[in-house]
Amino acid sequence: MRALERYRLRLRRKRFLWRAFRKRRELSVAADRTGGLRPDAILLFATLRNERVRLPYFLRYYRQLGIDHFIFVDNGSSDGTGDYLAAQDDVSVWHTDKSYRRSRYGQDWLTWLMRKHADGRWALTVDLDEFFVYPFCDTRPIRALTDWLDGLGTRAFPAMVLDMYPRGRIDAQPYQEGKDPFETLQWFDAGNYTISVNATYGNLWIQGGPRARCMFADSPEQAPSLNKVPLVKWRRDYCYVNSTHMLLPRRLNLTYDRSGGETASGCLLHAKFLSVLGEKVSEELHRKQHFADSREYLRYAETLNEDHDLWCKWSEKYVNWRQLEILGLMSKGCWA
Amino acid sequence: MSVGFVMLCHTALDRAAAVARHWASAGAPVVIHVDTCVPKAEVDAMRASCAAHPGISFSRRFRCEWGTFGLVRATQEAAARMLALHPEVQHVFLTSGSCLPLRPLGELQAYLDRQPQTDFIESVTTAEVGWTMGGLDAERFTLRFPFSWRRHRRLFDAYTRMQRKLGVKRRIPLGLIPHLGSQWWCLSRGTLSAVLNDPNRPIYDRYFRRVWIPDESYFQTLVRLHSTRIESRPLTLSKFDHEGRPHVFYDDHLQLLRRSDCFVARKIWPGADKLYHAFLDTQRPAAAGVEPSPAKIDRLFSKAAERRRLGRPGLYMQSRYPRAGHENGCTAGPYSVFHGFSTLFEHYDAWLSKTLGLRAHGHLFAPERAEFAGGDGVFNGALSDSAALRDYNPRSFLTNLLWNCRGERQCFLTGPADKLDVAAFMAGDANAQISVVTGTWAVPLSREQAEFSAVRRKAARFQRAETELLAVLGSPRVKASVRIWTLVDFVENPMEAIQSIFDEINPRAPHRLAEVPRMADLSGVSDFLQRLRNQGMMPTMVGDYSAIDAMLAAPKEHARPYLVR
Repeated sequence: MRALERYRLRLRRKRFLWRAFRKRRELSVAADRTGGLRPDAILLFATLRNERVRLPYFLRYYRQLGIDHFIFVDNGSSDGTGDYLAAQDDVSVWHTDKSYRRSRYGQDWLTWLMRKHADGRWALTVDLDEFFVYPFCDTRPIRALTDWLDGLGTRAFPAMVLDMYPRGRIDAQPYQEGKDPFETLQWFDAGNYTISVNATYGNLWIQGGPRARCMFADSPEQAPSLNKVPLVKWRRDYCYVNSTHMLLPRRLNLTYDRSGGETASGCLLHAKFLSVLGEKVSEELHRKQHFADSREYLRYAETLNEDHDLWCKWSEKYVNWRQLEILGLMSKGCWA
Repeated sequence: MSVGFVMLCHTALDRAAAVARHWASAGAPVVIHVDTCVPKAEVDAMRASCAAHPGISFSRRFRCEWGTFGLVRATQEAAARMLALHPEVQHVFLTSGSCLPLRPLGELQAYLDRQPQTDFIESVTTAEVGWTMGGLDAERFTLRFPFSWRRHRRLFDAYTRMQRKLGVKRRIPLGLIPHLGSQWWCLSRGTLSAVLNDPNRPIYDRYFRRVWIPDESYFQTLVRLHSTRIESRPLTLSKFDHEGRPHVFYDDHLQLLRRSDCFVARKIWPGADKLYHAFLDTQRPAAAGVEPSPAKIDRLFSKAAERRRLGRPGLYMQSRYPRAGHENGCTAGPYSVFHGFSTLFEHYDAWLSKTLGLRAHGHLFAPERAEFAGGDGVFNGALSDSAALRDYNPRSFLTNLLWNCRGERQCFLTGPADKLDVAAFMAGDANAQISVVTGTWAVPLSREQAEFSAVRRKAARFQRAETELLAVLGSPRVKASVRIWTLVDFVENPMEAIQSIFDEINPRAPHRLAEVPRMADLSGVSDFLQRLRNQGMMPTMVGDYSAIDAMLAAPKEHARPYLVR
């Protein structure tokens, strides 16, 4: 990589950090419990809006993994999300009513909070519908993973988004608060992912899965990216570029092995296609706050309207992380 | 007779203290060394938690940075203290703060009592050891390493390079033969005190101060001077990954560790509550007299190291994306590509499926859609038949298909009308078997009723596509098994050609081909080709087409030369 190109990326990173610094004024604290955090606390960061229904299970899942503290940005929720979060002991919440899109889809806010609270700590950045799965997650807490990564000197851990879907119509089985979403979303696509290398940032660009297969079959280049690097040993001068798909500095994106071996990786089980998607889609289409003029949401709307089934006879039923490992969607690397 | 433990600690002191108390209450003295980088408050807490056990004492503290002499100093000091304070101790067992006893102390004691003069220390010469990392084995002893490998990697590397270039060599003290081995040992009182009280010790210490990773070579080398009986294996179960870092044990290794029958294991993750609970339980049933057998654990970790180093051939995923030439197998399994066969034979894919007993695909790279076996819209792994999705990344499409169907040989057809962008990739893939009959497009075109100029344009397009394909398959970098015939060469003896392909697919097939695919009617092909030629297009891919008519005119048995005799 040429020096000029490297310098350009450095400028971009500085610009993002500057943006985050300016956007800090848009955040007002609703509950700040970060004061007593241990230096090795593992933090979870998320931006959310009207996710009250999903929250109880989300918190339960990540508490069980061993997340020490949650840091949320509540972007103008009106369904009691803010109050619910503020009442939790291990949660800090900041509130804002400002534009999600103009905050780089929430990244500017999170970058600021991460800069302040995640420096030197492991930070997991996810959406409310993403559930982190890593090798041995059924027997080893997330700290076992971060300790192991510390031992390797690895600062970033990749996890591909795995879209989970139900059999039959998406709205056929209504989701109830607190329930495991994967009781209905049991299925996923095992082997239709396309990969190319993003030369600028060095990351792999992964597309595919049921969304590419059913919603973007005519325009695959627009299909959503599935590569993510959600777990990072943060430093105050790091920033995410585009959601959590890639990071700056660039070296953090080189999470894959290029000489034939396998490094360790996980998956983010994506619980998007729940019955609650319908309301979300109509709301988001109205707000137009999402990436690429909410192109994805337009497709979701079409899919929801047509009597559409993401399921096909080659859909795989989810069992556990070992199954994903065998299918080659994630890897243990040399962790045993 | 008794065994004493020397424990080197630097993190998770609460766990280390629990292990020390476990040994002390079983009657074994413990000397603990704590790295100076640990804050005083933590050390005080540890001392307090061990205060009730008179058998536990603390030795003078040193800075133990990885790969430096500090670790040896700490060991020397603690071991000397052990020998001085506990005259009943006959064996000194060196452990770390993340070690865990897997068997009750009595068993270890009995095991050592059976071999009282034996020193358990892995000690091998540099020439024989294959596991050192970074290419530094003999050079550890002949170069100087004043810089920290962890903190000043560049200085370390530069200084090493400079010494190599200048040809600087250290003299190894007289009488020493460098040996290497695991840092964790169990030495008899006699040997250990001889090493510590050696009159030449100042010379040796000065020498080892600049050796790289002296904790893996100091005692390992010096015991060779003093020991009467060396068992060159450690009693501590400790495995290293491909980069020389110790593997860590977690709760889910409980059964594996139990069955290993080793005395002490390293290294245990401090959060492994279940392991600490299970193995520090004094009521645990004993497995008396069993030899340690770490083979199962060895296998687990060597498999993990292999996965990390070589990966799974043919898999492209988020954490494995080999650059060209480093794939270790471009695809997941062998597959066969038949180019031009579908226009020469009727229902060739169905015949293939039946004859080979597998699911043969149609034209996977057809312009309209991927023709999966059985005509399905999706295939294994939810692979879509959409041409747009396929053409977006044809290479991923192919490698996905082969990965999804690993263990089952894939066969598919191609033709000049297909999208053959992926041909170059297949040509470079040793798993590919590519059989090409060029010019078979003449057979359907000869019967096409459309205007001749349109047919001619089509023929020219197909011929160009095949010329390009042949250029790709003729490259010197081809790794695939490639067979190429012209139409005329092929129809002269098609069964022999097909048999040769099948023999390669299944070399141990019990019998030769019995049933033959039906060949299309070739009459009119040579007229058609002559007409093309007359119109100004030179058909180069067909061969000497005048031979076709001669074949058709020949007596009956010659007219169907593809019948097996």
